Amino acid sequence: MTQARTTLFSRIRNSIFWAPILPQNERERKKFLLNNLILHFRPRTIPEQTLKFTHTWGLGGIAAALVMLLFLTGIMLKFIYEPFPGRAYDSIILLQQDVWFGQFIRNIHHWSANILVVVVFLHMVRVFFTGAFHPPRQFNWIIGLILFFLIIISNFTGYLLPWDQLAFWAITICTSMFEYIPGVGMWLQKLIRGGAEIGPESLKTFFTLHSAIVPACLITLMPFHFWRVRKARGVVTPRSLRDKSEPAVIKVPTVPDLILRELVVALVLIAFILVFSIIFNAPLEDKANPGLSPNPAKAPWYFLGMQELLLHFHPLFAVFIIPIFVIGFLILLPYFKYDSDVTGFWFISQKGRRMAMVSAFCAVIATPIWIIADESFIDFTAWLPGLPTVISNGLLPVVIVAVVVIGFYLLIKKKYAATKNEALQAVFVLLLVSFIILTLTGIWFRGQGMALSWPWQVGVME
Amino acid sequence: MCKQDKAKTAEVEPSRRSFLTKLWIGLGFIALIEFIWVVIAFLRPRKPRLSEANAEAIITAGPVESFAPASVTAFVRGRFYLSRQEDGGFLALSRKCTHLGCTVPWVEKENKFECPCHASAFDITGNVISPPAPRALDIYKVFIENNIVKVDTDKLIKRSEFRAEQVTYPKKFNND
Repeated sequence: MTQARTTLFSRIRNSIFWAPILPQNERERKKFLLNNLILHFRPRTIPEQTLKFTHTWGLGGIAAALVMLLFLTGIMLKFIYEPFPGRAYDSIILLQQDVWFGQFIRNIHHWSANILVVVVFLHMVRVFFTGAFHPPRQFNWIIGLILFFLIIISNFTGYLLPWDQLAFWAITICTSMFEYIPGVGMWLQKLIRGGAEIGPESLKTFFTLHSAIVPACLITLMPFHFWRVRKARGVVTPRSLRDKSEPAVIKVPTVPDLILRELVVALVLIAFILVFSIIFNAPLEDKANPGLSPNPAKAPWYFLGMQELLLHFHPLFAVFIIPIFVIGFLILLPYFKYDSDVTGFWFISQKGRRMAMVSAFCAVIATPIWIIADESFIDFTAWLPGLPTVISNGLLPVVIVAVVVIGFYLLIKKKYAATKNEALQAVFVLLLVSFIILTLTGIWFRGQGMALSWPWQVGVME
Repeated sequence: MCKQDKAKTAEVEPSRRSFLTKLWIGLGFIALIEFIWVVIAFLRPRKPRLSEANAEAIITAGPVESFAPASVTAFVRGRFYLSRQEDGGFLALSRKCTHLGCTVPWVEKENKFECPCHASAFDITGNVISPPAPRALDIYKVFIENNIVKVDTDKLIKRSEFRAEQVTYPKKFNND
């Protein structure tokens, strides 16, 4: 650059942006990426095959965009909201009735938060089924799990803040689940509630977690997650099952090829959320009343799978032992020994796909049958009156389910002469689909007194 | 420098250095534990001040005669039900379902407590009639002074099922 003809403005501009703001050629684009604090978390070039939308479905990017939306709207809500039981509900009413765009901002926050849970869940499922948790991405799977956990915590703590009946009883039920954790359960419950019952202390604790601790953790861990993607040279490269030969890797620059695509996805997403928030209001029921439980009282929808388990198993198993096994499995997943390198194949192989279909089908058939059977005539407590309920309603049914699952693993492995990878994936699909069905049952098929009923009956209950 | 010298320094120096390193790491761990302890102690739920607690904890329910046998009376402030048994004994039952903490209403018609959340039911003594509730309703201590029923709501008493010794009976003065 020549020193001669610089204006004050251009000198200031050049001191802020070391690279051209609108890069014209490849060299400038490279400079643009490397000199940008946010963009330099991204790889400089990426394999062209990874750009295909149906490879990642843009889920990671959508999640990041949603978190940004949540930060923005959350900070705005913080100006109005008051975290005290006597005033919280009134401040929400004030927000919705007297604050310009108050209802709209709350709607955006509410819907983004709920969509985010679905999106990060699907993101995790995508990563699993494309084998993107194998080396070198093992630890990034763990970071992803922590982020998932943080988002659930964030959602859960936010659920209490409106202090309406829905919020109060959902959190009462969920924090009561801690009681069944052996040993530290009561202590943990008291710590989270800030006392024996949900009250002023709980609201303060939840508000601090929701608006300070979880956001701080997210802000630190998200760049770490992205940076790990960069160190692994972009997302996992898809491989075709028909043509198993390694395809020639064509590298394309991240700016503009990837960035523009991400921008398009983000804009479509934001447009969708804005329209959705104009049409649908975030729910708000009557002010919380500790003396009156609504019927039915349900946990937040993402915990309804667990609440459904509670209807079938002794609480010790439903809220502690089964979740511990699931979480342990997810954490150890990248560290199991696998037969072969299957990174980048959707569902491992053609056989893997067929087996996944069969597993999903089995789960869709078996889970509702089991729910209805357990609801109508299976009653181990009555059949075995001599045994404590921990065994008759806990250990026994859990062992039966475990035997069925292990039997399924052995059977499908033998029938298809499958590898360990494929059989394990089949079991994963079986459990995943069952869990989704349990959650949907909790959301749509549980009416008054948590009895089975049709969705249109569940709706008119209040 | 000869070989022996080098060997000597290699022996002496690292051991002192590694000791200091270990010391630093050890101190670091102690500092970390202290930090965690401070945070937990800071966040621990506080007990309400004694005078306040005592004043609010003991609830005067009323004279013995005002409660009919085999009846249940709700006390909203104390968050309990005073349940008088058929034989005239008193039980103060917590209104919290032992399953997941919902508030259980007393259904007069069917003569039982019915939890709206997961359909648990309890009888007049707090015993479980139908699951998923795993235990009988928690109780508070009842005592009768000068024929006035009082309930100490400070301490929740957990129990697995109803037993006769949990019931408090009024003194019978004029029966002899």
